[in-house]
Amino acid sequence: MSAHAEAHHGPPIANHSSRVNASILGMLLFIASEIMLFGAFFTAYFFVRVVNGIPWPQPPFELPVFVAGVNTAILVTSSFTMHWALQSIKRGNRAGLQAGLLLTFLMGLVFLLTQAREYSRVGFAPHDGAFGTIFYCLTGLHGAHVFIGLSILLFMTIRAFRGHFSPENHHGVEIGGIYWHFVDVMWIVVYSTVYLL
Amino acid sequence: MLNPLRSEAEAFRFLIASIAYFGAIVIAQVIGGTWAGLGVFIALTAVVLGWWLRARRYERPRKTAPRPHAPGERRILVIANETVGGNTLRSAILERSRDAREEVLVVTPALNSPIRHWTSDEDRARADAQQRLEKSLAQLAAVGVEARGEVGDGDPLQAIEDALRTFGADEIIISTHPEGRSNWLERGVVEHARERFVVPITHVVVDLEAEERS
Repeated sequence: MSAHAEAHHGPPIANHSSRVNASILGMLLFIASEIMLFGAFFTAYFFVRVVNGIPWPQPPFELPVFVAGVNTAILVTSSFTMHWALQSIKRGNRAGLQAGLLLTFLMGLVFLLTQAREYSRVGFAPHDGAFGTIFYCLTGLHGAHVFIGLSILLFMTIRAFRGHFSPENHHGVEIGGIYWHFVDVMWIVVYSTVYLL
Repeated sequence: MLNPLRSEAEAFRFLIASIAYFGAIVIAQVIGGTWAGLGVFIALTAVVLGWWLRARRYERPRKTAPRPHAPGERRILVIANETVGGNTLRSAILERSRDAREEVLVVTPALNSPIRHWTSDEDRARADAQQRLEKSLAQLAAVGVEARGEVGDGDPLQAIEDALRTFGADEIIISTHPEGRSNWLERGVVEHARERFVVPITHVVVDLEAEERS
């Protein structure tokens, strides 16, 4: 009988070991990068508002709190329809999945279009001082995330109508759902800090 | 590790919690002014952090099952570090591999200091583990046990999990120093392994000092 240890020369053998499961590590790295990205803009926001003491919103401008509030309600509702869509396919309810994804997509689209309309009527531009710059950067950054989420939702919806998901196989909806909820959480933070507080 | 975005359902709950968190802060600010809002923010943040740390500590590890393998084989996974060359461990392996078509995989975790681990300076730790492993495999070969070996992660539990992904073990043998001299026992490695893996686990205590004296 023979015994052997893997003989090796040169750099250490590539180790498949990891202290964190690969999928969780991927999601953690994604969250960390997003936190740093939004964190940079929020740091600028707090610097402008707290350190420099610029009034918020800077007179004579006003923020459309009510319209943004309605928009917030729409976006939060879209998370509920997203959750409903996933629960539906888990129970084998394909019509529920299709309706849930379609409603989520439409509400996301309404949110984005309302935000675009808000930009055209808000009365200030990104070059109107630090206040305007930060406002557009934070809401624009979030809008970009919504746009990415809508693209994912569009593909998910098309796939759902083509019969791609099943109670056993719905990973695509799960991942898209996680992203959509994350985008909603970021909007809750943006809306609370920029519009309400 | 607690991760609010691990699944859609958890992400949805995280969203609801975020609405409640920011809603409470905004309401406090509207009713009581900036300082009330700040107070609620600090209090809620402390509660959330406290809950998160507590929940993280008590989170049950996921049970890990090994890959299936051919019937009629007996596969033994041995996790040992400094005790890898001990007579007691060798006897335990020999006893289990008798009257069976055995396959033995010996994994020696590359133990390292925390600073060296976080700076990825693990060449020395792996080289030392490799040296111990080769010595042990040679001793096993001398008594007729066919075994192969590999150097594993510095965390023995992670090393077991990694090995189980490619080696469908029927039994895991964890070899440690006696109580009081074993860092693994102090950290509860054997208990944690029993919680985490579905494979039967045998704990073998190797007293190298006693073996040297005798």
